[in-house]
Amino acid sequence: MAFQILLNVFLGFMWMFLTGSYEPVAFLKGYLFGLLIIFTFRRFFDSRFYLLRVVAVINLLFIFIKELILANIGVLKVLLKPKLDMRPGIFAYPTVLKEDWEIMVLSNLITLTPGTLVVDVSPDNKILYIHAIDIDDAKETIDSIKNTFEKAIMEVSR
Amino acid sequence: MNEIANIAIIVLIIIGAFLSLVAAYGVIRLPDIYTRNHAASKSATLGVMSILLGTLLFFYVKDGFFNSRVLLGIVFIFMTSPVAGHLIARAAYNSGVKLWDKSVQDDLKNAPHMKKSASKDQ
Repeated sequence: MAFQILLNVFLGFMWMFLTGSYEPVAFLKGYLFGLLIIFTFRRFFDSRFYLLRVVAVINLLFIFIKELILANIGVLKVLLKPKLDMRPGIFAYPTVLKEDWEIMVLSNLITLTPGTLVVDVSPDNKILYIHAIDIDDAKETIDSIKNTFEKAIMEVSR
Repeated sequence: MNEIANIAIIVLIIIGAFLSLVAAYGVIRLPDIYTRNHAASKSATLGVMSILLGTLLFFYVKDGFFNSRVLLGIVFIFMTSPVAGHLIARAAYNSGVKLWDKSVQDDLKNAPHMKKSASKDQ
């Protein structure tokens, strides 16, 4: 991925020198044409076309904002209920992510969405212990994390 | 155009103030440290974020001044608040603060690495 970006910057500079204009717009134009060239020759690189990864990161951001707003409404409901009848607890969440940074991003996202909070990580990085303010069904919560955050992170790191 | 922007600013700032108020209320009302931590560190993130967005929009519409530092503020809140929340909860658990007595489950109590450190202490 780093190689593709470097090549793209290089192609942008090459366009700048070929056209003989040294303005940021010329570089941008060259960068876009370079992107087109790299896209055409994408099957000769060993990693996948890097714009796909950028799209995956943006997708992760949108999923996160959606979850943030939904979960905030959920916590508001719990807080403003006349009766405190929530069922808090700590459940174990087995993760399939392996890299350190992936687990870091996942636990940051889990902690940022209200209602769930990572209390501890097992020493072998396989299980996250999550405190939830209202567990209707631990299995359901696990499934929802798996289908939203974990899937989106795997899409980025693939 | 200006009216629409004004309404957006008002809505953003009122939502932010409301969320911060509810977070403060939650800290007083909830029973134990873990649930209070939810209210304090998380309801506040969206609240502070919408107040900052409202501020950014206000000065952009009024003076045409785009303050990028406000955006950086949002980014730094997103980077620091989960770490603080996690560390408070972890420190509380490791120093033996009990969960609320109506909590439904505690998987961490039976975790293998917690048992090991508990037997070391004794």
